[in-house]
Amino acid sequence: MKTVLRYLAQAVLYGAFFAFVGYFSTSPRFEHLRPDEALIRISFSHAAQRVGECRERSDEELAKLAPNMRLRTVCPRERAPVLLEIDMDGKPLYKLTAQPTGLQKDGQSTVYRRLTVKSGQRHFAARLSDHSSGVIGYTKEFSIDLAPGKVMVLDFNAAQGGFIIHQG
Amino acid sequence: MPSILLNPRASSVPRWLIPAERAVAGIEALFDRAFGSAENPLHQLGALSFYLFWIVAASGIYVYAFFDTSVAGAYRSVEALTHQQWYLGGVMRSLHRYGSDAFVLTMAAHLLREFVKGRWHGFRWFSWLTGVPLIWLVYASGLGGYWLVWDELAQFSVIATAEWLDWLPIFGEPIVHNFIGRGATTDRFFSLLIFLHIGIPLLLLLLMWIHIYRLSHARTNPTRQLGLAVFAALLLLSLFKPALSGGPANLDAVSSALDLDWIYMFAHPLMYLRSPGFLWVATAGFTLLLALLPLLPRPRPEPKAEVDLDHCNGCSRCFDDCPYVAITMVPRSDGAPHLRQAQVDPELCASCGICAGACPSSTPFRTQAQLKTGIDLPRNSVQALRAKLEAALEELAGAAPVVVFGCDHAVPVTALCATNTACISLPCAGMLPPSFVDYALRNGADGVLVTGCGAGNCNFRLGNQWLVERLEGKREPRLRPAVDRERVRVEWFDRHQGAELSGALAQFRAALPARPLAPEGREMFWKERRKTEEPGRDESSD
Repeated sequence: MKTVLRYLAQAVLYGAFFAFVGYFSTSPRFEHLRPDEALIRISFSHAAQRVGECRERSDEELAKLAPNMRLRTVCPRERAPVLLEIDMDGKPLYKLTAQPTGLQKDGQSTVYRRLTVKSGQRHFAARLSDHSSGVIGYTKEFSIDLAPGKVMVLDFNAAQGGFIIHQG
Repeated sequence: MPSILLNPRASSVPRWLIPAERAVAGIEALFDRAFGSAENPLHQLGALSFYLFWIVAASGIYVYAFFDTSVAGAYRSVEALTHQQWYLGGVMRSLHRYGSDAFVLTMAAHLLREFVKGRWHGFRWFSWLTGVPLIWLVYASGLGGYWLVWDELAQFSVIATAEWLDWLPIFGEPIVHNFIGRGATTDRFFSLLIFLHIGIPLLLLLLMWIHIYRLSHARTNPTRQLGLAVFAALLLLSLFKPALSGGPANLDAVSSALDLDWIYMFAHPLMYLRSPGFLWVATAGFTLLLALLPLLPRPRPEPKAEVDLDHCNGCSRCFDDCPYVAITMVPRSDGAPHLRQAQVDPELCASCGICAGACPSSTPFRTQAQLKTGIDLPRNSVQALRAKLEAALEELAGAAPVVVFGCDHAVPVTALCATNTACISLPCAGMLPPSFVDYALRNGADGVLVTGCGAGNCNFRLGNQWLVERLEGKREPRLRPAVDRERVRVEWFDRHQGAELSGALAQFRAALPARPLAPEGREMFWKERRKTEEPGRDESSD
């Protein structure tokens, strides 16, 4: 009888352990988005304008440099931060100042942000400045129907004219 | 009769951990009742983790044989494996998943158990510290495996992980850019994933080996019964609830609800609840806490074993028996006509005394007044043990007197002390040289009961096993064959099993055959012995 009870207890303990494994390997369900929500991902890297102006070196300056370093035009390395503003339905949705990367601040500014919004027809206005003066250099206004569970990616590529919208 | 505790400060558990240690001991006691100490899964958590690793590795090799390493083919191939050959491929996939989940749980339980038992400082610091990166590697392996399926869950997890990594200002281009928008992910990503999903577990295995590097005869397999039961339970779970994929990954959409594996992915919701920075602080903080734990104030270590070259013949029995590879055999340094000598590394020594129990010089029959042995514990010497035993034997009286040798980490033997029961506690039962059993029986005891930590739960890993093998004549030093085995009993009980030990003692005493030396005779024996020995034992002879 004692042996039977022991085997029973073992079965219960094994069962409890593997029931735990089985349950928590898929449950409880994690609600990532509500059923009426969509996702906006703002994602891009952009090298902003240099902070100062490029200038020409004088002949005297060039003569002081090693022969392989004698470049006439010299530009400051530091870049301006990228300023980004996004409005949704006329209200500010997101604002960010992305500093350039690198110790000398001469790299790209990188932006990644995920925003959860209510699904439906939405109107967006995006503005970007990549100049040290803060002057807005790129703008885009667009309307889009954000279906529940869908992702809209707001990308930026200066060579392709500015903001690019991807939607599944 | 008072009990004799050779080592009253045996516990390595800091005072602040004692309540937790007691709670865990209580749970272990429950498991002991169900499984018995030798089969108790809580006593084999490290071995179980190794075992689960091999189940995961074997099932993973099978799944990999059918896996298509491409964006378009990954999901499709896993689905085909799951549904078209559910009876083998599907089961293998499920074993792979559930084995991995169980591995995390046994690893976590192992970590917790070792923590509350204070096994993170002193000579154990190396095993503790090398265990910390194992946690990261296990999670990296597991998450990588989930990504290979390339379903909605994989998409969620890979993006969450990328967002977490991108919080560190070390990546020029954010990693997450590779996972947003159709066409962002390429076949090369899956080649990389496969490389990582094979490479990281191999690294994990290497580190698991390093983790047990300072243990001799490390136990990497659970008992047969436990191994079979765990495999059967995994198989049943795989059949009743097969591991399934979600919908295929679609980078243009997000699943609103996911069937998350909380055992592996609990950190993702935590990150979205707080922030990637918070998760970094939490994970880095936890890792640092574990890694720095060995530096915390801890109970003062016992003095380490010392070699006495005058009594060491380089037989290497201590080297063979040390559970923590603290002893090495080195060339002789004293000109004695032996090839080698034992050398103790104090950093690795656990002060368990198993080496002293293994030394052929540790015999109480030697006639030196000061019993010296080849390797000994300064605070719990073999000389002290003989003196205590002799004192105890001399005071023994009554019917069927028994000497009980106990262990400081098992049931305290103090409760057993009586006029006809002498109690001697050792740092580990494995410290007891078999000749002491013979000595006790020849000098007045009718029986000798040796007890220690529960079967399979020796505090110093191998003490129980070595002692039994020595008493059974399977290991040096052996108990003399002429010793009446009916008068020797070994019983393993954990700390909570005091009543069981009392019962075992009563049963043993009742079963002892009568001896010609009655109590009066025993008194005479000691009087005679004192007369012959008091003038001084021979200092030189053995």
